[in-house]
Amino acid sequence: MAANQYDAIVIGAGHNGLIAASYLARAGKKVVILERREIVGGAAMTEEIFPGYRFTEFSYVVSLLRPEIIRDLELPKHGLKILPLPSTVTPMDNGDYLGSWDDHDLTRQEVYRHSPKDAEAYDEYSRVMARAAKAIKPIISMVPPDPSSLSPRDLLGMLKIGKYARSLSEKELYRIAKLVTQSSADLLDEWFEFDPLKGTKSASGIIGTFLGPRSPGTAYVLLHHYMGEIDGAFRAWGFAKNGTGGVSAAIASSARALGVEIRTNAAVEKVIVKGGRAAGVALQNGDELRAKIVLSAADPKRTFLQFVESKHLPDDFTQAIRSFRVRGSSGKVNIALNALPDFTCLPGEGALHRGAISISPSMDYIERAYDEAKYGQFAKNPYIDMIIPSMIDRDMAPPGHHVMSCFVQYAPYDIEGGWDDAKRDAFGETVISTIEKYAPNIRQCIVGKQVITPKDIERIAGITGGNIFHGELLLHQLFFFRPAPQWADFRTPLPGYYFGAAGAHPGGGVMGAAGKLAAEAVLKDQE
Amino acid sequence: MLELKRTPFHERTSRLSLPQNWRRWAGYIVVGSYDLVLDREYWAIRDAAALIDITPLMKYIIEGPDAAKLLHRMTPRDVLKMAVGQVFYTGWCDDDGKMLDDGTISRLSETKFRLTSAEPSLRWLSMNAVGMDVTVTEVTDQVGALSLQGPKSRTILNRCCSKSLDKLKFFRLMETKLAGVPVTISRTGYTGDLGYEIWMPAEKALTVWDALMEAGKDYGIVPCGILAMDMARVEAGLFMIDVDYTATNHAWIAGQKSTPFEMGLGWTVALDKPGYFVGRRALEREHKQGSAWKLVGLEIDWQGLEQLYASVGLPPQIPGMAMRGSLPVMYEGEQVGYASTSTWSPVLKKYIALAHVQRPYFEPGTRLHMEVTVEHHRLHAPGTVVKLPFYEPEWKKK
Repeated sequence: MAANQYDAIVIGAGHNGLIAASYLARAGKKVVILERREIVGGAAMTEEIFPGYRFTEFSYVVSLLRPEIIRDLELPKHGLKILPLPSTVTPMDNGDYLGSWDDHDLTRQEVYRHSPKDAEAYDEYSRVMARAAKAIKPIISMVPPDPSSLSPRDLLGMLKIGKYARSLSEKELYRIAKLVTQSSADLLDEWFEFDPLKGTKSASGIIGTFLGPRSPGTAYVLLHHYMGEIDGAFRAWGFAKNGTGGVSAAIASSARALGVEIRTNAAVEKVIVKGGRAAGVALQNGDELRAKIVLSAADPKRTFLQFVESKHLPDDFTQAIRSFRVRGSSGKVNIALNALPDFTCLPGEGALHRGAISISPSMDYIERAYDEAKYGQFAKNPYIDMIIPSMIDRDMAPPGHHVMSCFVQYAPYDIEGGWDDAKRDAFGETVISTIEKYAPNIRQCIVGKQVITPKDIERIAGITGGNIFHGELLLHQLFFFRPAPQWADFRTPLPGYYFGAAGAHPGGGVMGAAGKLAAEAVLKDQE
Repeated sequence: MLELKRTPFHERTSRLSLPQNWRRWAGYIVVGSYDLVLDREYWAIRDAAALIDITPLMKYIIEGPDAAKLLHRMTPRDVLKMAVGQVFYTGWCDDDGKMLDDGTISRLSETKFRLTSAEPSLRWLSMNAVGMDVTVTEVTDQVGALSLQGPKSRTILNRCCSKSLDKLKFFRLMETKLAGVPVTISRTGYTGDLGYEIWMPAEKALTVWDALMEAGKDYGIVPCGILAMDMARVEAGLFMIDVDYTATNHAWIAGQKSTPFEMGLGWTVALDKPGYFVGRRALEREHKQGSAWKLVGLEIDWQGLEQLYASVGLPPQIPGMAMRGSLPVMYEGEQVGYASTSTWSPVLKKYIALAHVQRPYFEPGTRLHMEVTVEHHRLHAPGTVVKLPFYEPEWKKK
């Protein structure tokens, strides 16, 4: 084959792109993957911003990485280890805390301490959510059919859904219908009374969305988090060795072993279209690469509005992509520390430091934070999800020193007046002073700090709008709506052009499903 | 913070346990066994007296004018007919008649009851108490509980209690003082032998423990862990939640659920009692149509077992404790059920099991086979369905 001639070109070496490329190579294709930056990983990346301190710059935990991908691509052989992240502690304003541990009895005892009623409800709630997740999982796991299409594949898909729905009991169907339409606040109010518990639970319903706990549809996002629970001990939930960059490095290593050519500093200018089909890619440096298959693992806006000239796509499709909501709502503050922060609620080094620490004292707290974001401000009292990677993986910082990853919501992409250095600094300061309320020594421990706004996510990781899921997890943007109606099966209106990233079904989170499913769509069409 | 709860007897039990084989029970840790082998503890249950820490049982005080009404509604037993000082054993169900839990109800006074359960029940009690004039208080941690089981248990209690227990009948309770500590003693247990359960304020737990150990010294009292009790309860035909049946709210699929009739608790279902109770309609239906499954006793033929082992040149090998692994139960080569707990019975000298068996194979006398693993090979040993309990000494109810 001539130089620059491939069977398939994958755009974007995030984890989905790497996975798609690997699966294509595994099927015998000659594959090149193009990355705009000098390093691979996309938003799943670890960087040494300060010498010796390694930051999980954007995405910081692995929750739903599909186990079959780990097996198929032999990722453990390529260095993947997912280390346990066993707890969540919510410090309270009165100096107490709410903990949830990786042991049922201990968690029950802890919730009981605050509310015996909630301790019992917690058990039942977990079981009900796990059963609902089990009921809905087969639907999530399939390639979404197009309900308006009469093609055999789509009809079969709809039939599968219908048949499956009929196998559920009425109780289960109603529960799912309710979960899909409710707000997480309504759902949690039905079950619990203790504010920090409700606040912490509701937080997982708003991560990556531009919604508050009282917005309808957020209950479904809570359910999403129980999907991993069903796999029980087999799930891949935790902190990846070497950070999420470790996941990308393992996949990249597997990809190379499978023969994938990885080109970095290779920003894509345009997808070349010939005879109404994708025929290759033109790089910004003027190089041209040829292939009958082009698979984009960039976000939907870039994939369809930037890489492809609009004349090659139907108007209603580009219109749907234009209105696809990708409002970034969160930022990160990554901190290098010369000592562990000491939390008032649990003084000294302890279990708290080995898990997540959640600043989520109540649902009202989070809803108020959302109110500010709605009107173009970052939250003055934000929800923060912290982990200390160096407590889980000692290779993340020099001995005795630490790195801390703080996920912060809300920080709107469209901040009033636009983001600038002063606003970024103010945002970082807000986060530090919020943590300071619970860990007064934090400021003295800081030796370096990286503040990331949605604008920075866009600039560095190349995600339009800076939305961590490449598009909000809204009901009208999920399943057969993701990224656009009739095009949720990883194919696009441009023949030969495929789409497989977080903006496709089943959505974000270092899951890899979209990359794998897109590669499978390519291979199916080749048959 | 990251420790499971310890019972108020921990100071004593932790020093006495030789193997330090802690077991988890409802968020507590309790002693698995005190000796390195179970024989002495087991035989104390059957021949002398065994002192068992049962504090982790969930305990609730249900009090108020509607207390009886609440339990009457929640359980299938006729609680309105219950006398003060009486104890009922019962299961309770969801509205599909599937078992949620099982435990005992003690009527402490006209308007005050104590309920024990295996699983947290506050939520279920509250849900059933809507509109009733009743308060429900959990007292699990506040009430220490000891079980004194075995033929000598009465003699020992009589030596240290202010009132004689001679008149206390089976499944009745009385208030008395033990070493000066006000206690409630019920003639109940989980061993199928003569035995009592002693309920006391947690802060006086050690006084009671010490007094019992002292009073029982010359009568063979032995502190006993839950592993030996597990063997005795199988002999007594008593089942355990989430081992021998799955609580309906823990079940992933319908097939995992059981009804009181299926569990052999038909005698607790008072279909003739007045008014609605949870699960009533489903249980009436099942009563009329008959049950599809039943928990039965299965006695393995020793000779048949011996033959299976003899074929590879071995004598029979039975573990010396109760086994909780599920074992397929067969009828002429087809699986018709499963054993949920099996054990060697030291008193009967038999290999016995509690087994869920499908209709019509659950009738006593039916010849079935149960899986045994002989030298890494799965074989089937012949056995017979028997009525429960396997073992019931005449002194149990005397």
